[in-house]
Amino acid sequence: MKKDWPLWEVFIRSKNGLSHKHVGSLHAADAQMAIENARDVYTRRGEGISIWVVESRHITASSPDQIEAFFDPANDKVYRHPTFYQLPDEVDHI
Amino acid sequence: MVPSTHLYDYLLRLGDNALILGQRLGEWCGHGPVLEQDIALTNIALDLIGQARLWLEYAAQTAGKGQTEDNLAFLRDAGAFRNALLVEQPNGDFAHTIIRQFLFDAWNFALHEDLCNSGDLQIRAIAEKSLKEIAYHRKYSSEWTIRLGDGTEESRSRMQTALEDLWTYTGELWTPDDLDREMAEAGISPHLERLQPAVEKYIRDILTEATLEIPAGTWMQSGGKQGRHSEHLGYILAEMQFLQRAYPGLEW
Repeated sequence: MKKDWPLWEVFIRSKNGLSHKHVGSLHAADAQMAIENARDVYTRRGEGISIWVVESRHITASSPDQIEAFFDPANDKVYRHPTFYQLPDEVDHI
Repeated sequence: MVPSTHLYDYLLRLGDNALILGQRLGEWCGHGPVLEQDIALTNIALDLIGQARLWLEYAAQTAGKGQTEDNLAFLRDAGAFRNALLVEQPNGDFAHTIIRQFLFDAWNFALHEDLCNSGDLQIRAIAEKSLKEIAYHRKYSSEWTIRLGDGTEESRSRMQTALEDLWTYTGELWTPDDLDREMAEAGISPHLERLQPAVEKYIRDILTEATLEIPAGTWMQSGGKQGRHSEHLGYILAEMQFLQRAYPGLEW
């Protein structure tokens, strides 16, 4: 039975103002069942107020082979990080 | 004011329904058809055990004499349990579990909706807390009923068989006895026969969508809420009460 059920990725938003975060995956026959399964599997301890599910096959991922080409060039460009500013003391939460 | 011994008996009905069905569903733990349903069924089981604790705690208070929720759960014999026959029926296959749950949830939801207006404030508070959980249970079992009824040839035939096996236990839910009538007259509980039309309509609507047919002209079983149980309850209690019977007063 399980072989027939596609895999779904589950995203949960823990509270208003935050974005949905990937929490894991599960099997379900369709989107509605995926939402309900996600409710039972991933929100048992009050983790969320909103659930998204998407079939795993719809996700396009970057390739592990290309990690260097993709991500290394960013490593030596420190000027892209906003670390050269003096922040006034009054500015909080940065 | 109803006599406290009558209120106690009525509270046992509410508590034992939740306790025994919760215990039954707990048997699925580790045996669910898929991981996700294993967790879903045991979630529902835990909701029900939580509700049972609230009802039995109130029943114990009502009884006085040093009663506790634990004594009521673990040291009563089968004849003292007041749950409906439906909830003690075996899990069977997944279809039986779902149909049992669906028939119970449909009725239990309507009952708790009305208990939210109970003249007894403690009952009202417990019902309000439980209703949200029961609403989810009803949604869960209704959707599985539709999915499996209107599913493959095999799933439909299993669901229809389960419905024919279990339908006979529904009559007891909405047939009042003297105690039910006394509670209704006192404004503590709804009149059971008045719940029936809406519950039956809900059940019929879902079953129609599920392409399942209500068995015609079935004779209805009764007796659970007066303490006359099927042979299954003894086995449930043997497992549930084993630890407290073998090691009295054991804590962890």
